[in-house]
Formats: sequence, C-alpha cells, structure tokens
Amino acid sequence: MSKFFKKAYLYLVLLFLYAPILTLIVYSFNANKTRASWGGFSLNWYMELFQDPEILNSLYITIACAVIAAILATILGTLAAIGMHSMDKLPKLIFTSISYLPMLTPEIVTGVSLMILFLAVKLELGFVTMVLSHVAFDIPYVIFAVLPKLKQMNNHAYEAALDLGATPTQALMKVIIPEILPGIFTGLLLSFTLSLDDFVISYFVGGPVQNLSVLIYSMARRGINPKINALSALMFVFIVILLLVVNRRASIVEQKQH
Amino acid sequence: MSIVEKEHIIDLVGVSKQYDGTEVLKEINLYIRKKEFITLLGPSGCGKTTTLRLIGGFETPSAGKILFNGVDVSDVPPYKRKVNTVFQRYALFTHLNVYENIAFGLRLQKLPKDEIDRRVNEMLSLVGLRGYAKRSSEALSGGQQQRVAIARALVNRPEVLLLDEPLGALDLKLRKEMQLELKNMQQQLGITFVYVTHDQEEALTMSDTIVVMNEGRIQQIGKPTDIYNEPENAFVADFIGDSNILQGEMVKDRLVFFDGRNFDCVDSDFGEDVPVDVVVRPEDIKIVEPKSGMLEGVVKSVIFKGVHYEMVIETAGFSYRVHSTSMHPAGAQVGLTILPDDIHIMMKGANA
Amino acid sequence: MNRKWYAAPYGVWMVIFTVVPFLLIIYYSLTAGDGGFTLSNFQRFFDPVYIKVLGRSLGIAALCTVFCLLIGYPAALFMTDKKVDRRGMLILLFVIPMWMNFLLRTYAWLTLLESNGIVTKAVNAVITFFGGEEIRLLYNYNAVLMGMIYNFLPFMILPIHSVLTKIDRRVIEAAQDLGANPFTVFIKVILPLSVPGIVSGCVMVFMPAVTTFVISTLLGGGMKLFGDLIQQQMITTGDWNFGSALSMVMLILILISMFFMNKFDNGEGNIM
Repeated sequence: MSKFFKKAYLYLVLLFLYAPILTLIVYSFNANKTRASWGGFSLNWYMELFQDPEILNSLYITIACAVIAAILATILGTLAAIGMHSMDKLPKLIFTSISYLPMLTPEIVTGVSLMILFLAVKLELGFVTMVLSHVAFDIPYVIFAVLPKLKQMNNHAYEAALDLGATPTQALMKVIIPEILPGIFTGLLLSFTLSLDDFVISYFVGGPVQNLSVLIYSMARRGINPKINALSALMFVFIVILLLVVNRRASIVEQKQH
Repeated sequence: MSIVEKEHIIDLVGVSKQYDGTEVLKEINLYIRKKEFITLLGPSGCGKTTTLRLIGGFETPSAGKILFNGVDVSDVPPYKRKVNTVFQRYALFTHLNVYENIAFGLRLQKLPKDEIDRRVNEMLSLVGLRGYAKRSSEALSGGQQQRVAIARALVNRPEVLLLDEPLGALDLKLRKEMQLELKNMQQQLGITFVYVTHDQEEALTMSDTIVVMNEGRIQQIGKPTDIYNEPENAFVADFIGDSNILQGEMVKDRLVFFDGRNFDCVDSDFGEDVPVDVVVRPEDIKIVEPKSGMLEGVVKSVIFKGVHYEMVIETAGFSYRVHSTSMHPAGAQVGLTILPDDIHIMMKGANA
Repeated sequence: MNRKWYAAPYGVWMVIFTVVPFLLIIYYSLTAGDGGFTLSNFQRFFDPVYIKVLGRSLGIAALCTVFCLLIGYPAALFMTDKKVDRRGMLILLFVIPMWMNFLLRTYAWLTLLESNGIVTKAVNAVITFFGGEEIRLLYNYNAVLMGMIYNFLPFMILPIHSVLTKIDRRVIEAAQDLGANPFTVFIKVILPLSVPGIVSGCVMVFMPAVTTFVISTLLGGGMKLFGDLIQQQMITTGDWNFGSALSMVMLILILISMFFMNKFDNGEGNIM
C-alpha cells in the first residue's frame, strides 16, 4: 500500500475527529445566532458567556469540586496504596477487588447506587454529595497509579532507609513518598480531569447543583446555544495546553532517565 | 585459628525463623568475631539471607536471641542498630543524587553540614567516585551503583557491615575486581563484614571464616582451607567444588570399597562394613596409561576451561569428573589413580 | 506501627461508598415498594417493551464497536509506520479529542446534524441536486450511532496501536525472511499478535456504548436505550426498585461480557 494512501487515511480520521470541534469553535465567533449564515466575526458570545451567572456558577462548582475531590482522593488513595502494598495476600486481594469494582461498574450504576445511598441516609443532594461521589470514583485511579510505582520501587529502598537510621515515618517521608511521587502526580492529574469531565455521576448525585457537564446537558436538551460554542472553544484550548504541558513534562522526565 | 582469641561482636543463640508455618532457619548457633570477614554460603533458599536480615533487624527471630557485644538486640529495630547493610541490587534512592544517597544517614543524625561534606567526600574517594557527587544514581553503571551502596553504608561508620550478594549483578571481570577491593577496604577500615553469597569461589577468596548453610541449618563453619580440604559432609563437599560423590562401604579402618574395588584411605573409626559417602575432588584424580591405574575408563567428553581440561570419564561403576592440564580426547582409554589422601569419607546423611 | 494500617481510612471509605451502595442496589432490586421480598422487579424486566430496549442497546453498541474497529484498526496500523518522534505527536492528536468534554463532543454533532447544520446542508444539497427530497439527519438511530462512533473511536485506536508497537520487529522480519509477502505477514503475524489490543479496544468501546444515555437523549429524539430506562426510572418515575433491578441487569451484562473478553486479553492492550 502506498505511503500516500496511509497518510491520507490518517488525515481523514483526524479530520473526522477534529472537524466537529473546530466547527463549534468557528461558529463561536459568528455574530449571528443561527448557524444558517455567517454574520461576521464577533466576540459577542464570549462576552455573554462571562456574563451568564448560571454558567459562571457551574464553572466555579466544577473547578471547586474537581480540586477538592482530587486532593482528597490523592491523599486517601496514596495512603491506601502504601497500606495495600504491605498487606498479606488475602486482605490485599479483597482491597484490590473492591477497588476494581467502581472501575468496572458502568458509571450510571455507580451514580444510581450513590444516589440511593445519600437519599437513604437523608443526606440532601448537592455540592457535598457531589464531592463525596467524585472522591469515591477517583480513589481507585489514584491507587492503581501509585501501586505499580510501589511495586517498581526496589523493595529494599525502605529497608535501606531504616538501616541508615531513619524511623519508619522518616523512611516514608524521605524515601517512599519521593520515589512514588510520579505515580501520585499521575493519580492527582487523572482524578482532577475525571472530576472535571464527569457527567453521569454528577447528574445523579448533584441534585439542584449542576457542574458544567450537567449544565451543558440541560442546555443542549433545550437546543442550540451559541454560548456553549464559546465554552467549547475555551475548554478545547485549555485541554490542548494541559496535554502539551503534561506531555512535555513526561518527555523531559524520560530524557533525564536515559 | 589465629583469630580465635578475639572477642565476639555478634552471637546468634538458638535462632529459628518461621514464615507462615514453614521453618526457614532451624536453631542457628553462630558467633562472629570483631574485624572478621565472615561469609554465609549456600544455595538459594538455604537461609543465608534470612540470617543476614535477622542481624540487620529487618526480621525478628521466632525463637532464640541475637546478641551484639553481649547485649540482646533481638527486638531492636534496624534504625537503632549499629550495623549497616549493602543490599542486593543496591537499593539506591533513585530520587536522590550520589552525594545525597551517601549523606542520607548522616543527615538523619543531624550532623553539621561541614562534617557531612567532609565524610561524604572521604567516602567518594574511598570508593573511587570522586567527581560523581552530582550524578543521578540511575545514571550510573552497575559497578558504580555498587560503590555508592557501599559508601552509603560505610559513611555511618558501622561496627558491622552486612553485604547481601552485593556482586551478584556484576559481570565476571568486575566481580573479581570488586572482590579484591572489598577485601582491602575491610582490612583498611577494620570493620566486621558479614557477607552473603552463593558463589563458593567468592567465599573462598574473600573470607576469614565461611559458614556453609543448607535448608536452614549450618552445615560447617571453618576457614576456607578447612572447608575445602576437610568437608564435613557430602553437601559441603559437593557445594564447594564439583566433587565426585560415590556410594561406598567402609571395609575396615583405612580401607574403603567403591566402584568395584578396595582403596586405601586415611580415615578410621567408622566401624566395619558401614555404608558411607566417598568424596573425590576432580583435580585429585590422576589420569595414567591404560592398565597402569587403579580404575579403567573411557573419556566421554572434554571441555577446555582455560587453565585445565574438564573431562567426564566413565568407568564400570561411575562417571567421574576429572580436571587435568593434559588433554585426552573423547573415546580414549585411560587409567585412573586416586591417592589415599585424596579420598574423603563421610557418614551417610550426616547433618543433612 | 505496621504500614498496612495506612489503608484503614480507605477501608472504611470503601465500605461506605462501594460496598454499601452495591448492597443497597441489590436490596432495592429484590424488594417491592413496601419493603417485602419479591422477584417481580426482574420479572417486569422481561416485558417485551424492555427486552426490545435491551436488544436495541446491545445492537447499536455492537454496531458501533464494529464500525470503530473497521475505521480504527487501519488507523492504528498506519500510525506504526511513522517515525517514533512523529508518532508521539500523532498519539497526542488522537488523545486530545478524548479529553474534550464528552457532552461538548456530543453537542458538536447536534450542531452539525440539525436542520441548519453544515453536514445536513451539504448532504441535502447533494440530494436535491440529484432531484431527491431533503432529509433530516438528527433525532434518529443513525444520528445516535454516529455520535457513538465519534465519541468512542479513540478508545479503539489507542489500545490497538499500543499493542502493535510492542510487536517485536524481528518477528515480522522473520516472517518475511521465511517468504511471507506483506499481506501474509499481516494476516498470519500482525493480526493474531494484535488480538489483545483489539479485545481491549472493543471492551473500551462497547462498555460505554451500551450504558450511555446522553447520546441517545441528545441525538436520538426520544429513542430509548437501556441507560435511558434506568435514568427514567430513577429520576423521572422515582421507582427505585425497578431502577435498581435494571441496574443489576446492566451490571451483570457488563460483567459477563468483561469475563468473556478477558479470556482473550492478557492486559497488554491497556492504555492506562
């Protein structure tokens, strides 16, 4: 098969993936409300976006929830991974299996079950239940980001620290945590983006509180809204920058190791 | 032995260790003298590493006790013991550079900055890594990582240095160099070294005392020459040098029967007509003209080993491994002679 | 202190937020509104109306998986031809859409397929040129299928690509050396070796496709999938018992399909 064909095919697939998003972005600069015609370049929708209290509020909720949930999940998950790493076979198996469960369970089932839990204990659905749920689905990702790093770590590194006079707590802080830091960082980042992006679970446990995904859902059900276009453009730029930074960081770390 | 009079620094008294019901150490009794280079030698799973970890404080004995300078330390955690360890595969802290790896213990002791600096640099020159201080520990070769691991342990001036197969990951040439270096370091610094290895050659070259272990028990303790020349049982004989071990029968004092005939030997007090293990080292079998030796055999295979040839020679009753500087081609008829001095008689199943 | 106690807070957390909710679902699925034990929630599921929805969900998810495989496999394969440094860039290009908000990605198709959307306009321009009647592209089965393929395609490409890059080049060279032409090399060597990637790609596409309710709600115009049923029972109707039973059915379905797919997979295709 010719090189040209392969190249063309890849570009076609990429076009398929990007064209819809890019169309959204182009239309976010359209002065007209309908997409039927191009009414000239305008930043109108961006202005409206930043003046819409509903959108700003859910943006705030989304970020606050993602930050709090990611930090809590990273702390709990890292401690859990360290604990699980030094467990005997059976308890370790129990912990790993139960941790896998939320990752295998369809999100909608997780959302439904958490909603039932909160309502069963008469906890009002809102920001708190949303954060709790996000922590719950984030933790396994942290655990499975940190556990491999612990396994990779030379098992004697911890003992070496004790041998050199470190107490167990000092050994944890000075050796284990720094050695598994890349895993912790991955877990944190993963948690943050999963939270940021979550729709299904937030939809069930948020009650009246809407994060961006839920808000977009309810707006989209009402039809086209050019403010969403502007929002898409901003989020797209944000994601591209975030991924480029992470990628750069990863390749720098890689270069250092070689 | 010349160092017998020196005082003990470590005593293991009736030490046993069980993991999940399986006994990996069975009532070990062992003492280690000050400034001694002692090697725990045995195949994997023999309990040598467990013994080292007990001394280091990473495990606590299931029974028995461990004394340091006469004081029971069985339950003292590793960070309070005056021993340091060079771990298998080094266990360097990958997030720290060479300097910080070595300074780790000193920083924990909260020593003044200039003293830390002085001692780390001292160590860097001792192990020949001056100029490597700022390198990432992962960017070093195996041999260099090894040196950092040694420096990191020695900088704390331990009374005892524990080394767990420290040269296992290095290639042959480097291993030989490091053996000499380690031995020199030990003599220079006057520190007790407890060394674990499964390599009998390494043990023979470096040690003052060798402890041969198998299946959780000590098989023999002695100087390298004693272990080599006077193995106490078939296991030791086989593990130290690839000996020929034959089933035999003690006819009477100084006469043993194996491979179809009687041989003169130097052992006595086994009784008469008692089944025994007969051990003959490959280099102790002399190859002579056919019909002029004690046994007749055919050369089955020849391998050139550098200094000598290793041949497998089959007689009527046994395949002997024979080392000789002269080569006999495969298929050649040869005679074999074994001198009384070179026949080692062992009780069957002794200590096993 | 033994370090295993570090996991204690999570242990408590796990019981409250994983085990208890799970048990609650089981409890609700097996009880009637008055709290008495019953199997009627599951019996109700066997009503043809619901079975039909399940069938439609499985069908569209399977179709979506097949399309993703057909489109994604060549893409994954052609990517391996690139030099390593350029390949990293390509992978990044396939990853970026994955990280774009799922709702926004679906919304994008809403705007493309609506009656004023550019895709609709372009298609209709062609149709009317040939004298046909204008058609509606939004709010039907095909729109949902399109939305699914668009959303989940990267989940097919990346695992397959990651397995393909791990194939030892010498194996391919050995096959060539033994006289295989490029086509034979592909059929006899590359394809069998990439099965783990295909399997995890299929899992990663099929799973979300069979459980989604967003795409069908936004693009399907009243078309109901299994996820919509659950959403409807829990939120609109408020029948937790039947909703829980449906959730249990979905969970079991997923676990069964995971089990079968796992048999082929040795974990190599994981992109995480």
